Amino acid sequence: MRVTHQIEISPTSVVLDGQTIVVEAVGDAMLVELYRRYVCDYPKFFKMDTLSRLGFVAAEILLKETKVDAVILANRSASIKNDNDYLATISEGRYYPSPALFVYTLPNIVTGEIAIRRHVQGETSFYVLDKPDDLDPIIRATMSNDLQSSNLQTVLAGWVECSEPNRFNAKLQIIWNN
Amino acid sequence: MVYCVGHNIISPLGRGSKENYESVKAGRSGLKRYVNRFADVEPFCASLFDTPQSFVSLCIESIEMALEECHGTIINTQDAQAVFILSTTKGDNLELLKPAQQIAHYFGNPNSPIVVSNACTSGVCAQIIAKRLLETGIYQHAIVIGCDLQTRFIVSGFQSFKALSPDPCKPFSPDRQGLNLGEAVATIIYTREPGEDNQKPAFWTLQAGSIHNDANHLSAPSRTGEGAYRCLMDVMEGFCPADIDLVGVHGTATLYNDDMEEIALERAGLQNVPKSVLKPFLGHTMGAAGVLETIICAMAAKDSNNTSQMLQVIKMLSGFGGVNAAIRIQCE
Repeated sequence: MRVTHQIEISPTSVVLDGQTIVVEAVGDAMLVELYRRYVCDYPKFFKMDTLSRLGFVAAEILLKETKVDAVILANRSASIKNDNDYLATISEGRYYPSPALFVYTLPNIVTGEIAIRRHVQGETSFYVLDKPDDLDPIIRATMSNDLQSSNLQTVLAGWVECSEPNRFNAKLQIIWNN
Repeated sequence: MVYCVGHNIISPLGRGSKENYESVKAGRSGLKRYVNRFADVEPFCASLFDTPQSFVSLCIESIEMALEECHGTIINTQDAQAVFILSTTKGDNLELLKPAQQIAHYFGNPNSPIVVSNACTSGVCAQIIAKRLLETGIYQHAIVIGCDLQTRFIVSGFQSFKALSPDPCKPFSPDRQGLNLGEAVATIIYTREPGEDNQKPAFWTLQAGSIHNDANHLSAPSRTGEGAYRCLMDVMEGFCPADIDLVGVHGTATLYNDDMEEIALERAGLQNVPKSVLKPFLGHTMGAAGVLETIICAMAAKDSNNTSQMLQVIKMLSGFGGVNAAIRIQCE
């Protein structure tokens, strides 16, 4: 297994393959700035929650020239920010449950957003783990050549975490099997 | 392949896999109509426990019962060679990692637990990652737990989607109106090598698993059943449709899901293979569904097998995020 590209995004910084990308905005606004700079033609971005926006822009920047067979992501707090947003729509006395918010109350939705955009009809998986390192054995086991009949060559894998508005971090990699 | 050496189900239909299986076989359903269960929520039909349950205690109880049933193989949960894998969508009041850690801690397990959160396919995906981790030698034993309890959060959300049927669900019927939610916990213990001194070392073996995204829509399945079809073709590799003895379908009884599954099954040539659908008995138990339904399908296959031949059983699921998953198990 080898990593060919990597991106790290925090609310104040973006580092692509070790090079800092200069951004003006911070937090959620920075994700919009990245979208406008690197994507631009996918208005569905504006319907996404922060976790999906984060994973989506990170994937878009990484996958410019690479097609992946699978998307395997993880984080620590699942979809808790979206869960809280949805809860606000069902508070007692103000009960208007929002289907648009409810759909984002699953962390694997971000893998679905990436799969739709990049036409990934291979595996998409989402794990909730204590720390990013815990994903390593899962990736190793998933990419193991001995097991895969469908032969995974390239995987988009990594950590996408968003616990509160404007608090997030992502570290995504393209991993090759040889 | 990996061996199932223990399993358990606790649901409104009973405590223990056998009690649940016998209930389903006798045609009993856990579905009831609830009028004032949650504030503001419209009346709904679901399979719920009579009294509120603690997520972690329920999981622990199920694991303990599954460990007791482990014939021939001693599983030491304190062993660093064992890993806990929890399949859940909404966990313990929206907490996913914490209950998994509490469960692993209770059993003295030193490893970080894995929570699989792949929407309604989680219970099958959890078995697939268990298989991979065991087969690559990263672990020796995996304790796979599926659990979800129904809350105001979940019921209101599915109602906002207009996905709930006000009456007991009717999977694959032309007049089906949607799904019913359900509560349950189920545990399967997989191991790489079962004990040698036992004549019947395992309940079944997990032979193949596959996960595919439709890459089509977040909350509606593909019209061509693409992801589900690909999963079926993967787990049938080396087999023809006539070799498959039973398919445990998802059968949520929503208009789109059942249509999609029918298309995927037909494309895979499985239209004439017997199907099992369990939602009218236990509701859609979300994170528990894949674990629970695998156990009942395996028991049903064994129960009806009056030959000495091995049976091939497929369990398939689909969920939000466009994800589909399937496994093939082999049982005597």
